[in-house]
Amino acid sequence: MYKNFLRYIISVLFLLGVSGQANADFKVGFVYVGPTGDHGWTYQHDEGRKAVEAAGIKTTYVESVPEGADAERVIRQLAQSGHDLIFTTSFGYMDPTNKVAKDFPNVKFEHATGYKREHSNVSTYSARFYEGRTLLGHMAGKMTKTNVIGYIASFPIPEVIRGINAMTLAAQKVNPDIKTKIVWVFTWYDPGKESEAAQALIDQGADVIMQHTDSTAPVQVAEKAGVWSFGQASDMQRFAPKSILTSIIDDWAPYYVERSIAARDGTWKQQDTWHGLKEGMVAMAPYNSAMGSDLVKEVEQLQKDLASGKTHSFTGPIYDQKGNILVAEGSVADDGMLAGMNVYVKGVEGDIPQ
Amino acid sequence: MSFDLNFIGILIGAIMASSVPLILAASGELITERSGVLNLGVEGMMIIGAISGFALMVITDNLFLAVIGSMLSGLIISIIFGVLTQSLLTNHVATGLALTIFGIGMSAMIGKNFVGIPGKEFPLLFINLKENFPFLGPILFGHSIILYFAFLLPFLTNYFLKKTKIGLIIRAVGDSPTSASNQGINVTLVRYSCILYGGAMCGLAGAYLSLIYTPQWIENMTGGRGWIALALVVFATWSPIKVLIGALIFGGITILQLHMQAVGLRIPVQLLSALPYIMTIIVLVVISRDSRKIKLNTPTSLGQIFYKEK
Repeated sequence: MYKNFLRYIISVLFLLGVSGQANADFKVGFVYVGPTGDHGWTYQHDEGRKAVEAAGIKTTYVESVPEGADAERVIRQLAQSGHDLIFTTSFGYMDPTNKVAKDFPNVKFEHATGYKREHSNVSTYSARFYEGRTLLGHMAGKMTKTNVIGYIASFPIPEVIRGINAMTLAAQKVNPDIKTKIVWVFTWYDPGKESEAAQALIDQGADVIMQHTDSTAPVQVAEKAGVWSFGQASDMQRFAPKSILTSIIDDWAPYYVERSIAARDGTWKQQDTWHGLKEGMVAMAPYNSAMGSDLVKEVEQLQKDLASGKTHSFTGPIYDQKGNILVAEGSVADDGMLAGMNVYVKGVEGDIPQ
Repeated sequence: MSFDLNFIGILIGAIMASSVPLILAASGELITERSGVLNLGVEGMMIIGAISGFALMVITDNLFLAVIGSMLSGLIISIIFGVLTQSLLTNHVATGLALTIFGIGMSAMIGKNFVGIPGKEFPLLFINLKENFPFLGPILFGHSIILYFAFLLPFLTNYFLKKTKIGLIIRAVGDSPTSASNQGINVTLVRYSCILYGGAMCGLAGAYLSLIYTPQWIENMTGGRGWIALALVVFATWSPIKVLIGALIFGGITILQLHMQAVGLRIPVQLLSALPYIMTIIVLVVISRDSRKIKLNTPTSLGQIFYKEK
């Protein structure tokens, strides 16, 4: 009798344990394109993951996952191993994410910077980095003496092209003579190659360097060469204290926490999020006082106007390289056009690699 | 593109700097392979050298110790490869691949505490002479001591292999370990030494990246250069001088294609990006056409496991 009672107690405790675990078992997985120590793109996503962890939700991550076939394997692996929500944090994970999502309808997927939501369990999210690029363009146009701005680009996708265009438009506004020189490195992350690209641009006369790649190498090259630069994704100021004018900071933490809690509590719904300076998903690091207090004030005002919507990065008239009108005078580019942007605006040199 | 002479000098200087890690790693691997050992762990040894060098620089604040330490750590990690392939007779290819994977993971683990620390200025030699001579100045002066060493190394290696007794012994072991062993040469000892030397050179190549070229620690910072060094050794048909030529062509076209892009030449960028690989292979294949010489230089026993019959 006594024995049976003990057995009963134990089985109840066990069941409680199991059911308690069902909630505690909720896991969020992250797939990163670079190492968490890149101090750029992936580093910021990992800061977001840590915030989710701090909110009491279990997380795991896989870093340095190449875009392509490997990515699908990793995402599938995460889905199979009991993750309930998976963030895939690079553009190239778009098709693999949708493919895996089809096979795991009970798992929620969040794909960063993409536009495909083929299944109801896939959401997409991105930040309006181009708003930050507008500020960079304003500063670059004012600070350059050679009128050549060097731009290290990764892959010819709309996000990167949008950044180049936003920067060029803003720079032209304050300095009609500027030229944007672009070097494509076809990698998100290769410090050696990025620094060679930065050096090549400096040797070709650029005295302001900006990057759409993730390592801190280009700003260090700029520091050494005594030209201006901008940090990417996280505050890179301490790597080039003299050279960096500011950094565009991606702040994913609030979004990740919100979406993870929603998924845990069953309120997660498919959506497409595109937040910018206004919501704080894009933030600016402190401005370098070396550019003068007047310019700092100007840029701070522009930042406020972009956040409030008073100014838009793509305000017409905007022409493409051949002089065809893209955005009519008095109107601004809509999100659809921005999301699919695949032409350079007037004033950018060269062709987009096809 | 501006074509004044000084600019071309600066360009050549940059090309030389970018080819240093390839020259160092490939020269080390060349000695290892000439003794008949195929070590595919170059990338792993390089990255271990990179993190050890950087970590020692941060801890001791002494660049000399950092450079020596990076060579030692490359050497130590190659001991693992030596013990496995020479004493436990494991497969060279599999062990080398494992060494690379191990090195990348291990370096990331050690490196966790060293991310985000700015590097230290590495002293450059004859920096004042650099400005005084147009064209030749930026080519000859203002480099780190490791660069000068790297450019001497292929010639030293060539002399060592061809003219010294130890060089001859290494080649004998690589061509026919059985005959060499019958001559009373301790094949295992020779191969061990060559593996350790290769490890030390790869460690130095890594330190060049983390201390001089991009002075900081970043995960995966070798970015596949170890694999390119490995390929260079094969395409240069195990000739040290051709390794040097190959490394310069690879570095040269990598940098030139970036300049061509910046100038805005209307050549498809993908083609430009692939150019260093294509050109290096073509040039090395063309200059190494002499099949007699290839036969002479190729270590016949490469990658084969040797065990002494008792």
